[in-house]
Amino acid sequence: MARTEDPDPGADPGADPGTATTVGTDTGRAAPSGAGHLASVLATARRVLRQLSHDPRTVAQLLAVPVLLLVLLYYVFDADRRAFSTVGASLLGIFPMITMFLVTSIATLRERSSGTLERLLTMPLGKGELIAGYALAFGGLATVQASIATATAVWLLDLDIAGSPWLLLVVAVLNALLGMALGLFVSAFAATEFQAVQFFPAVIVPQILLCGLFVPRDEMQPVLGAISDVLPLSYSVDGMTEVVTHAEVTGDYLRDVAVVAAVAAAVLAVGAATLRRRTA
Amino acid sequence: MNNPGGATPEAAVLARALTVVRGGRRVVRELDFAVARGTVTGLLGPSGCGKTTLMRAVVGAQARVTGRIDVLGLPAGSASLRARIGYVTQAPSVYPDLTARQNLDYYAAVLGVRGHRRGAEVERVLGEVDLAEYGATLTGRLSGGQRSRASLAVALLGSPELLVLDEPTVGLDPVLRRDLWNLFHRLAAERGVTLLVSSHVMDEADRCQRLLLMRDGRLLADDTPDGLRAGTGTADIESAFLHLVDTDRAAPKEG
Repeated sequence: MARTEDPDPGADPGADPGTATTVGTDTGRAAPSGAGHLASVLATARRVLRQLSHDPRTVAQLLAVPVLLLVLLYYVFDADRRAFSTVGASLLGIFPMITMFLVTSIATLRERSSGTLERLLTMPLGKGELIAGYALAFGGLATVQASIATATAVWLLDLDIAGSPWLLLVVAVLNALLGMALGLFVSAFAATEFQAVQFFPAVIVPQILLCGLFVPRDEMQPVLGAISDVLPLSYSVDGMTEVVTHAEVTGDYLRDVAVVAAVAAAVLAVGAATLRRRTA
Repeated sequence: MNNPGGATPEAAVLARALTVVRGGRRVVRELDFAVARGTVTGLLGPSGCGKTTLMRAVVGAQARVTGRIDVLGLPAGSASLRARIGYVTQAPSVYPDLTARQNLDYYAAVLGVRGHRRGAEVERVLGEVDLAEYGATLTGRLSGGQRSRASLAVALLGSPELLVLDEPTVGLDPVLRRDLWNLFHRLAAERGVTLLVSSHVMDEADRCQRLLLMRDGRLLADDTPDGLRAGTGTADIESAFLHLVDTDRAAPKEG
């Protein structure tokens, strides 16, 4: 019995630049099977969720902490309910990004350092399939997290939004994928979990400071305003604000959603390039 | 025979002037050797001699490889080889937060074993490494030896044609070690699997049909255990190794 041929297409463009030889050129590729790719993606997603299922405390923290923080924020803005709506909506977008950034950077760092990634990459698994599997699992988790947080904010804490809560959810899930993409990317530059966690203040906190949550973006010092214009979180927060202030889906909202989605996809692609089949 | 490459090469692994550079140093130097199909070949040498780097070159995980290395008739690292090679790294590459069975289930899915065949396959390899009763235990809670057997079980999934095993018997008790070597020989004899097994324990040499002795990135010998002893006039492989090192030192250095 031979193993089922299931090579990945296009995920590995032959040898790495560092390999100056005949070695490693991909010859003899069979035609890719679509069903096989999907099965690998689903298997990876199920594996990631099974890992989480053995760690109920992390799952509980992921789901409960955003809700508790929203409740805290509600009482912080006891005197100013309008401010709670704006800041609260922004935080609904920021939480999933933070948690998925942390979870993904640690998870992929573990894959890299434990040898499981090396083993997977010697197997017929495409890098795209691995990343899509992670995106599916963490995206699903982020959807549950964002749903609970949004439901709590809108129904229990009377978050006052003009538009539909579903629009908030869309931005929240895209933000989760953005956080995941950034986490995957930075994990390539971290040798230890300590280093990986330190990327949080380096990569995420500046985005939070510049996203318009503290100072409206158009009132910022021009250089900072320009930086804020190229940071993806700014667009998530703008999108959330659109939902707070407009009943209908606005053009600005669509633009914001498109920017966040595009940046998440681009960073995921760059992150995929950091997964090397051949390493020194 | 499943042979997408077209040719029917005799050797499972063929290296010509194989060199690997790591950190500016040539850690594998100009190796020429062939591993015959359906045999158990031992790769022996002290820690740090380049065994792991050589094995990584065979499975296509090593960067900065020059020279030629063909595996099952294709250049090492070819995409179509990925389903045909089982590779076990020195550190167990399994997910500690999954049970042994869940680990195997995932890797089997990645290898393309679908549906109900997957469950049977997982149970088969668990049995082969004698871990069936620990199938439901998180691999993070297993002992070191059990965890490395779980990692070995992954490599046995889906009937690979070549098994590259980096020190698979380290830390195992003598009974288990014997059982695993018996398994390796059964795989070679009954299924025609080629095994390349590294070890730094010289007393495992006699379990192999052929030996590659390595030191400082070079091959000191490529022979059968009996041939080695006869050629060096020694009684055991450890003495043969020392004899070869001394001869090598006495010889004039090239380059």
